[in-house]
This record gives sequence, structure tokens and C-alpha cells, in this order.
Amino acid sequence: MATLLDPTSELQPARRMALPRPASLQGKRVALLDISKPRGDVFLDRLQDRLTAMGVDSRRYRKPTFTRVAPVELKQRIAGECDLVIEALAD
Amino acid sequence: MASFDKDFSGLVAIVKRDCETCRLLEPVFQRLAAERRLQIHSQDDPAFPASIAVMDDRALARSYRLEIEIVPTLARVESGSERERLVGWKRDDWRRLTGIADLGDGLPAFSPGCASRTVEPGLPEKLAYKFGDTPLQARRIKVAAQQDEHELAHERGWSDGLPVVPPTEERVLRMLAATSRSPDEVLGFAPPDLASCTVEKVAINAVMAGCKPEYLPVVLAAVEAALLDKFCMHGVLATTYFAAPIVIVHGPIARAIGMNSAHNVLGQGNRANSTIGRALQLVIRNVGGGKPGGVDRATLGQPGKVGFCFAEREQDSFWESLAVERGFGAEESTVTLFAGGGVFPVGDQKSREPESLTRCLALSLRAVYNARIYGATDALLVVSPENMRVFRDAGWTKARFRAALDEALTVDGRDIVAGAGGIAEGMPLKLAERRLSKFRPDGLLIVHAGGGAGMWSAIITGWGRSGDHGSVPVTVKIRE
Repeated sequence: MATLLDPTSELQPARRMALPRPASLQGKRVALLDISKPRGDVFLDRLQDRLTAMGVDSRRYRKPTFTRVAPVELKQRIAGECDLVIEALAD
Repeated sequence: MASFDKDFSGLVAIVKRDCETCRLLEPVFQRLAAERRLQIHSQDDPAFPASIAVMDDRALARSYRLEIEIVPTLARVESGSERERLVGWKRDDWRRLTGIADLGDGLPAFSPGCASRTVEPGLPEKLAYKFGDTPLQARRIKVAAQQDEHELAHERGWSDGLPVVPPTEERVLRMLAATSRSPDEVLGFAPPDLASCTVEKVAINAVMAGCKPEYLPVVLAAVEAALLDKFCMHGVLATTYFAAPIVIVHGPIARAIGMNSAHNVLGQGNRANSTIGRALQLVIRNVGGGKPGGVDRATLGQPGKVGFCFAEREQDSFWESLAVERGFGAEESTVTLFAGGGVFPVGDQKSREPESLTRCLALSLRAVYNARIYGATDALLVVSPENMRVFRDAGWTKARFRAALDEALTVDGRDIVAGAGGIAEGMPLKLAERRLSKFRPDGLLIVHAGGGAGMWSAIITGWGRSGDHGSVPVTVKIRE
């Protein structure tokens, strides 16, 4: 395992942090990503109903297979069309 | 010197089969092993010397700790303390040290040793990292087996967008070996976070920028200059303007490290020019935390913000260099930092008289920042060899050129006040009756650089906040 020296001021934790959650969903478009695991669509259907009820725009996306990472084209499409992603990860 | 067992008394030898003298001495070592207490370490073949017990030092741990530079080395040790050390073969010395009067009978009286494997090119830093007490204090970032270290650098935000050289401990140690300054020396506080900026952090970023170790003293001086209060690096970074720290290198070091001061001097293609300026920008990005869209609020920016560094063409200049004008000796190596925007070309194919060329250059200089704004923005004028020839042929000194330029850069206020000519931008109306100078005193820097052919000069525009209320150009001496 290679080791690199941190070039920064080390004011941030060494672990990469997740992006901050948005303060509100208003005005944002949510990507609902089905990774092609069974019943992921059931979960996302319910979420989409609730988002719609909140007046939040959403779009559905689907990975061809859960066994591989999302294709670049799909990631680019989501990034171009949406502000955040909710992924249905499990059966 | 250490690394002997504290109860060991006897002889210690370091050898390698690849050394002719060591091979010549094989019978000597065999005899020492039989008649004395001998610890023998082989750097390349544990089966050499034959038929005696040899300690395998192919990893060079022992050789490194004993600071072996030449093989064979023979040391006399008493209770773990080294009393005497011989290198190479001098028969009389070996006889005295070992107390064996007829040692090496039949061998030549003298045979020089060979270089220890520990001093092979590139190895000292590897060994220092492996076996030494590392002086490095930076946090270690582990690269997982399936991870690409180049991608990691981008993902962590360490890069300006171009590839960076992964800053391994070995590379950073090699970089640090190029300066006598201590890795923990603090050069200043890097804006915008005002984080403590050590020599070690600069070396890490210099590795990433692609610097050779010999560039490090220049990078360190550039960082020191950028962190001086009067350069106002925070403002240079935070402004919506195009400004970036532009590094101009003067003195013998520029030629020593192979910097470009001639063809395409402001462009790409020379490693030192390209990486020194980039290292400074990476320090501001990584140590200071200054990133575009963060505290770097540049509206448009400019390509020189990746890094902008060049050397003045001093060797055949008719004028004293910028550094000499600024009070340094021609034989001193210095860096000057100028908060500059982009490069603005000036072409004059017809002027053969210095008066004409001066007036022509002044016309373009008057457009710096805005042709209606005077006294606010410095400029750096890069005079090419063909343009300088006009002044040289007429015998114009730099001082005379400056005086003529000042005159040509002074205009009637009424022509440039707000509203004149139907343009809202301009100087305050109260200055309409005054003569106004384009640049503040000391606000125009002039250097000689560029390729031998081409009647071009270049203007590098300063920041809109030049001077004491913004950035003042600074010059710092380079320390080895």
C-alpha cells in the first residue's frame, strides 16, 4: 500500500467527508436511482409519491445491473439533470 | 554512529562481491574470521566471502546505519563503541588495527575501495525513508490497493486540474535534501486560512507540481515572498480580478537550474518555468485553502493562474536587471513577485528610434486595466531583445527610457475623467485640470526577456489594487 504525504494544512479530517445535505429540497430535482435489485422500485415508488406530495420534482433512473458500478453515461445524465440522488440499495 | 550491540567487541567489516578490492581481500577476511572476533556484512552476496559466516545486508539496513560510504570498511569496536574505521585496503593500517603483523602477505600494499551500495544514485533517500528517523511530520494518507494514487490526488482536491506527482515520503525527502533549511521551519502563514506553512509542506507541494529538487530554493523564496504582508496574497487570491502571483527569477540560479529566459519565455515547455510557479499556486491552494469559487473569487481568471514563472534574460541585456534596480546585486539570486493579470502583446514593426518606440509602448501601457484609470494598477513590461536593440543602438540607459516613458504616460486629466467622450468610467472630475501619471512611482516594472527574433514586447497587467492599499511587488533573496 502506497503512502502519500498530506499537502494540505490538515485543518480538515483525513477521511473524505460526505457533501453537506441540502437545507431544503424546494426548487431541487431529485434523482431516484434503482440499482436493479428486486423491489427497489417499490421503495422508490413510495418515495416518489411522497416527494410529489411535497411539491418536489423527481426523475427515475435505473442501473443496468446492481453487480457493477453505474455506467459513466448514466452518472453524467443524472449529474446534468438533477441536484441530488436517492438510491435504493437493497432488496 | 551507532548500531553495534553494546556488548560487542571486535572487528566489523562491510563488503560487497562487486568490489574488486573486497574480492582481493577474501583471504584476509577468512583469516580474520579464524583469528579474531569478526562480524562481516555483505551488501550484495551473503555467500561472499566464501566459507565464513557472513551477515546478509542486501537490504542495506546495517550499512545505512553505519553510514558506510566505501567498501571495504573495517571498524574496530569496543563494547559497542566504534574506536577506529578504515576504508579501502592499506595493508599497514589493517595490520596495525587487527594486530596481525603478517596480514595480507603477498597482497599489494594498497588498493582503493569502491562506493558502498548505500550511495548509489537515488538510494540515500530510499534508505533514509526506510531505515532513518524521518523528519517528516505531515499526515500520512494511505492509498488503498485498488485505488489509483493519481485519481486520489484529484478526488481530495489537491490538484489544480492537471496531474500531480504523488507526494511519497521518498520523493519529499529527495526534495528536502535540496535545501539546508529545516523541514519544520515556518515560512509564514498561508492565506486565506492563515495556516502555518512549513518548508516540508512547500516541499510536498513542489513534488506535486513536478519540480526537480534543485528548484526548491526558488520555490521556498517565492512562497516567502508571497506570504509577506505587503504582497497581500489574500487579496490577490480573493479579488474578482485576474491577478496571480507572477514569479520572476534573477541571478545565477536561473541559469543553473536551466530556466528559460528566451524563446517562448512566457509560454510552456520549460520544466523549471512551468513547475516553480505551479508549486507556489499549489501551496496557496493546499496549505492556504484558497480555491476557485471558494476564497478565489476571480470572475474570469487567466491561464497564468496555474503558475506563472520566468527568468529575466540578463546575460546579454543592455540594461540592469529588475532585481538590480530593486537594490540587489547582479550576482545575487532573487525572486520578484508581481501580482499580475494576463499577457498583452505590443507589436511595433516600424520604430527604429527610441523616441518612437517609447511613445508606442506608452500608448499600449495607457490601456492597462482601463485606458481611463490612472495610478491604480501596476504593470510589468517585458522588453524583447529586438526592441531592446533600438535602445541599445541609441545608447539609451534604462533610466533614460524610464524618464521618456514617464513623460509619455502623463496625460491631461480632462481627457480621462468620468464622462469624457461619452464614457462613464474615468477619473474623478476634480482631477480634470491636473496632469495625471498612468503608474504610481515604482509601479512600472521593466525586464528584458524573450527570443532573439521578433519585434514584440509584452505588457503584463497588474492588479487593479496595486500599491500600499493592495499589492506591492516584492523581491526576496534565494537561500540555498
